[in-house]
Amino acid sequence: MTTAVQSTQPEPGSVGARPSRGRFADKAGLRIGERFASPGRIGAIVALVVLAVFWLLPFLWAVATSFKSETSAAATPVSWLPPDGFTTDAYANVLREGNIPLWTWNSLVTATAITLITLAVTALAAYAFSRLDFTGRRWLFWGIIASIIIPPQVLIVPLFYEMLTLNLVDTYWAIILPQVVHPAMVFILKKFFDQVPVELEDAARIDGAGRLRVFWSIVLPLSRPILAAVAIFVFIGAWNNFLWPFIATSDASLMTMPVGLQTVKSAYGLQYAQVMASAVLAALPLVVVFLFFQRQIIKGFATTGFGGQ
Amino acid sequence: MSSAALDASATGAPPRTTSAEEVRRGERERRARDNRIGWAFVAPFVIVFVMFLIWPLVHGFYLSFTGESITGAGGELIGLDNYVEAVNDPIMWRSLLNTLWFTVLSTVPLVVVALILALLVHQGLPGQWLWRLSFFMPFLLASTVAAQFWIWMYNPQLGLVNYLLGAVGVEPIAWLQDPQWAMLAVVVMTLWWTVGFNFLLYLTALQNIPEQQYEASALDGAGRWRQLRSITVPQLGPTTVLIVILQILASLKVFDQIYIMTQGGPGGVTRPVVQYVFETGFTGYRFGYASSIAYIFFAIIVIISVGQMRLTTRRGA
Repeated sequence: MTTAVQSTQPEPGSVGARPSRGRFADKAGLRIGERFASPGRIGAIVALVVLAVFWLLPFLWAVATSFKSETSAAATPVSWLPPDGFTTDAYANVLREGNIPLWTWNSLVTATAITLITLAVTALAAYAFSRLDFTGRRWLFWGIIASIIIPPQVLIVPLFYEMLTLNLVDTYWAIILPQVVHPAMVFILKKFFDQVPVELEDAARIDGAGRLRVFWSIVLPLSRPILAAVAIFVFIGAWNNFLWPFIATSDASLMTMPVGLQTVKSAYGLQYAQVMASAVLAALPLVVVFLFFQRQIIKGFATTGFGGQ
Repeated sequence: MSSAALDASATGAPPRTTSAEEVRRGERERRARDNRIGWAFVAPFVIVFVMFLIWPLVHGFYLSFTGESITGAGGELIGLDNYVEAVNDPIMWRSLLNTLWFTVLSTVPLVVVALILALLVHQGLPGQWLWRLSFFMPFLLASTVAAQFWIWMYNPQLGLVNYLLGAVGVEPIAWLQDPQWAMLAVVVMTLWWTVGFNFLLYLTALQNIPEQQYEASALDGAGRWRQLRSITVPQLGPTTVLIVILQILASLKVFDQIYIMTQGGPGGVTRPVVQYVFETGFTGYRFGYASSIAYIFFAIIVIISVGQMRLTTRRGA
């Protein structure tokens, strides 16, 4: 039942093998029998470039502002190049007076904990659903699938009440625990485990290895790509989550980056360069990670994107 | 009569008990072991699942029938009072309609623009990484970062939006402060921020269309436009259905960017229902009433999800 071997399917996001038609034609994305410069094609290229510029503008505008002095950031008429030149004053001020390193640390701690706990509990459960015939398996699995429909926003009040009862408000745990429940990831991992040939495990089991051992040393190593995809999805979600950490902590020393950044606006008032410098610094870690791991991140989101639907 | 017993009598060997009985016992033991290990494996997930999803869900439902506040006062059951109040609460209705209006306004561009971007990028021009970076990276920003960028973009005197529109002769607009424009401004920001996700799903679907289909049709003399209409768009049908479903559900849950950019204003014209739950619960500290609004919202989500499921399964059948 559990041995549908389909490992030859291409992974989502991978480009199917195309026959080579010479380097230039491949690079320019031409198809057989196409001239490079048809009018429609030029139009499409122009449209792409214009749209990409529009999509990058808010970034560029924020970065440009963050390198201006407060005076020229607030000067009219608006200009990209400040008359008094670019400066790193805003960054210096923000780093000296603000809490950005602390918020980054809090985000890192909570997002890492959320990712590790989520991976551990969902992978174990998904493996059991895929391989072990225990009583209540079916209804439990369908219950978990059905719960995907529940919007986390609906739970904020009772969850906060629960944190009060458990005396966890203003601790890391209050931020972490409610974010480790990812029913959709159980579904995604189970689907993957279903495709791992059970024969691979049988040999080890005949040699007397227990389930946990087989899971740890055979199934998990085979599942690295999907585990990475789940980890990326969960980590980025946790890193960026605003609503729950905003509710769960009022203690300034526990604020995550998104929550902390929300306080910057009121703290700096009309110091536009400093507000933008803070936003740019807040964005920086993920942007850098994305530049380095673009392929993995895009593949991860493509795999988990439909939530297993 | 079991076959094991037959075997034993046929070979004339003394009847042994390894037979059916032991096989059954072995089977029973295996099942008991599977049972134990199975539950041990799912236990950690079930614990967090029950503690942080099922219990709050049940408790929230209970709270919605009480007058509970943060002080613990008023925790007794008050029947349907909260729901009666909610149905007669103009702010509740307004925020619900704002959420639905946002969903309608945002879903269409978030699907259509995503498709256009994916089709343009899929032409395979050089610099693939740059195109993906441009369109997908905003999605990786925290809501607060994206919202700060756009508060600045929308600044009436100093923002880039009015600056660019001014170049074509449009008078400055107070995007986030003008009740006429605030919702549209939020939708445009949301489009910029989250379209990358749908774009990525479309791009993946495009890459999974077999290249041979294009080659075959090209040999038959079909041009790009014809290929787009006859191959690409039909093949993207199932993906589009899924993207629309996910987008509607995501849009209904809107909160962050609106709360940060407009605080639901001006005059409540952008306040989404999630924000009303949040305000009632954590500014007014009316846990019971907040829960009843949360449950009305949840009921709508369930109805829409089930409706979508019905529609898509009928299509699929």
